[in-house]
Amino acid sequence: MKKITLTLLLLFIAGAAAMLAEAPSIYAIRNARVVTVSGAVIERGTVLIRDGLIQEVGTNVNIPADAAIIEGQGLTVYPGLIDALSTLGLPEFAPAAPAANGAPGGAVRTTPGAPAQQQQQAAQTRPAQGPEDRPQTTSWLNAADIVNPADRRIETARNVGFTTAVSFPNRGIIAGQGAVIDLAGEKAGDMVVAEPVGMYMTMGSGGRGGGMGGGFPSSLFGVIAYVKQVYLDVDHYKLVKAAYQQHPQGMKRPEYDRALEGVIQAPRILLPANRAVEIDRMLRLSAELKQKTVLYGGEQAYEMAAALKQAGTPVLINFKWPEPDRNADPDRPDSLRILEMRDKAPSSPAVLVKAGVPFAFYTDNTYTARDLNRFARRALDSGLSQNDLVRAFTLSAAEIFGVSDRLGSVDKGKIANLVVTDGDLFNEKTKVKYIFVDGVRFEPAPEPAQPARGEVAQ
Amino acid sequence: MRSIAIALLAAALPALAAPPVTAIVGGTVITITKGTFKGTVILKDGKIAEIGENVSIPAGAEKVDATGMYVMPGIIDPHSHIAAEATNEGSISVASMVDINDVINPEDIAIYRALAGGVTTIVTLHGSADTIGGQCATIKMRWGKDAEGLKVQGAPPILKFALGENVKRAGSSQQRINIPGLSMPQAPLRYPGTRMGVEDVLRQSFLKAKAYQAEWKEYNDQVKAGQHPIPPRRDLQLEPLVAVLEGRMLVHTHAYRQDEILMFLKVGDEFGFRTACLIHCLEGYKVAKEIAAHKAGVTTFSDWWDYKIEARDAIPYNAAIMLKKGVDVSLHSDDAQLMRHLNQEAAKIIRYGGISENEALSLITIAPARQIGLDKRIGSLEVGKDADVVIYDKHPLSNYAKVQKVFIDGIKYFDRDTDISGRAAKEARKKALIQKEQEMMRRAAPPTRRPA
Repeated sequence: MKKITLTLLLLFIAGAAAMLAEAPSIYAIRNARVVTVSGAVIERGTVLIRDGLIQEVGTNVNIPADAAIIEGQGLTVYPGLIDALSTLGLPEFAPAAPAANGAPGGAVRTTPGAPAQQQQQAAQTRPAQGPEDRPQTTSWLNAADIVNPADRRIETARNVGFTTAVSFPNRGIIAGQGAVIDLAGEKAGDMVVAEPVGMYMTMGSGGRGGGMGGGFPSSLFGVIAYVKQVYLDVDHYKLVKAAYQQHPQGMKRPEYDRALEGVIQAPRILLPANRAVEIDRMLRLSAELKQKTVLYGGEQAYEMAAALKQAGTPVLINFKWPEPDRNADPDRPDSLRILEMRDKAPSSPAVLVKAGVPFAFYTDNTYTARDLNRFARRALDSGLSQNDLVRAFTLSAAEIFGVSDRLGSVDKGKIANLVVTDGDLFNEKTKVKYIFVDGVRFEPAPEPAQPARGEVAQ
Repeated sequence: MRSIAIALLAAALPALAAPPVTAIVGGTVITITKGTFKGTVILKDGKIAEIGENVSIPAGAEKVDATGMYVMPGIIDPHSHIAAEATNEGSISVASMVDINDVINPEDIAIYRALAGGVTTIVTLHGSADTIGGQCATIKMRWGKDAEGLKVQGAPPILKFALGENVKRAGSSQQRINIPGLSMPQAPLRYPGTRMGVEDVLRQSFLKAKAYQAEWKEYNDQVKAGQHPIPPRRDLQLEPLVAVLEGRMLVHTHAYRQDEILMFLKVGDEFGFRTACLIHCLEGYKVAKEIAAHKAGVTTFSDWWDYKIEARDAIPYNAAIMLKKGVDVSLHSDDAQLMRHLNQEAAKIIRYGGISENEALSLITIAPARQIGLDKRIGSLEVGKDADVVIYDKHPLSNYAKVQKVFIDGIKYFDRDTDISGRAAKEARKKALIQKEQEMMRRAAPPTRRPA
């Protein structure tokens, strides 16, 4: 037994040593086109990477003798792409079924142990009777604490240029705290860039009780009332706790409430809003809660730019534009309102640029170049510039989550997350050549051939 | 707020832009409260500026010719469920914390269809699954405005209660609906399961509200005395009940049977609140005197009953009998379809009970206005009231009458001619969008490989 362990250990050390020998820590990409995003494009520049950081960027960079050189002729260097709202690294929160458009949505291994939400529900045998039971709330759950480097989607996403994801637990009404994670690393701890960066909330989709035994709240207005009560409770909780800290003697000890502790931690909240009606509703809720808010969804943001601007609320836009259901009855077309909405949804980014509303994209678990290029084409055709498209996937996302001091652009001192291509990003003809995550180089595996229509994908 | 949206809508419906002054001339004016005559109505700054048989038309006014037509106040429906994206918080029986105002859907097409039926103001509220269903919203049918734009500013808040079968069903294993073939996780039984239990839930709730009210009073007294106590926890479930106790919120109660009607009035007397409106109230004719003594309003159906046990002992003379006993009666729809012809529902009360034409039209105008606390602003054509006006081509109590135009706050929101002439363009736009989308989807489809 001991012998086996020792052998394994030796093998491991040997493996690690081999890896260290293979992976240099200094890279120089020279004579490449550098899209810094933060400033002007450098047509022939060099990016020097050392120990996971960008050491130098410019036209006149001294390349140290021990640097591994990448000839950048014909290549373009971009900041690594950021998926601004995802479950990457959190396989237990990945969508269960394979996503539409052929994306390998559910290709994750099963995580041992039930998800936290289920555990909580199991412990709670009686359905929630009101806000005081903190239903469908796991605000204390922090993505940074449950990152699983074995999530197979990490590599899939990295292959198409994603180096970073903002990942959130997503079950329940107050699902938990998100973290910015880099999409490479042996250990979970290596991957976390920042946490907590926002608290993910839903309006009850997914975990709805609906009078089916799920308890309170079971309706949209029930969820809204619950969230309002939670924030009133936070105010009161803080007062009582502060009073107790000052004079614990002679005062009844306030009850520890992990749900409220979680809510207090959140630097910002994420609220769902696709339709104009929902954007309006969530902006009003956000104002009432007095919380720094980021909306996600944004299908009809093109209609709400002025309100978003006035509220100063950024939007995470679902890059997977709404499409008609392929199985819908052709004799029962959607209403004009729905048709208009689907037609105009890809114009949201262009409209928001014009209005000066900050926004970033999320891919809704789509990580195939073909689909991403197609979605990009629709946004570009609706008036978005290539620059703004790239910015929304990089620096804007970093800014929205308060990490633009370390991510989002090709600048000296930032984390060496880069994507190197042979052409414009999101162009059908462009191939990703290299991806750097924390200064470690990856080359994308060739994308598997698309299954033909009618063929079974798995 | 939604300036772009509104700009777009304004471009699509130029009728929405308010002219400075509108003069409706040549029609038969049914004021409801000040008689019926051939005359003119002047709409200005959202209000009725002038009305009468001989009114001079101000220069620059847009004239609307209503010759041969009938001009009346907009219909008010005190009980509807349209334009809301949630109906019941059915998990608990005291859901006073939920508020329809949080879930208004200004895009519900039922709003436009109600407009086409002459309705201008409604109370949209919860279903009747709970003893205390939640807070209601009073909205005008301002089609094209956002949620906030529909709300009637300054309208008294209303809390919805319910009694009887719907409420106790979740508490009774016999009454619970089981859909055969559909395996549903059965929710645990919910208290109350009987009418006695409903009364108990009401009492318990108001007792809790009184304790909560006292807690805040004590706190406020201490603050006034210069102390610095920690304020009590705010409770969104109890706050509306305190508002009821303090007369700041109206009470509307879904009720069918005479026993539960009397029970509810008694609970009101005990805790010192008046019931502004008993909803449905199909057995109201049995206890009309008691209802009148409590000064409760009633909103009911004309001739719709027998859809469940508690709705069996009903008669079409209900409204007329209650009117004669001095009850303030109105009609309601409770239904998106019925609300488009409330004028015909009013006509049925003439058939069953012989009330006058004006009394019949009062049932859908000034009476519901009183029950929702807005009779000073809407419900009749009077100088100074909101310019909510409907023009019918025939007498509104005729089955053949069609709504021609509807004004809310002096702005035209429905025009039958514009609607009809605009249909072709909409159809064409729809077709074009479908085609464009189909083309896109064809291109986006994965490449086809022919089977070998």
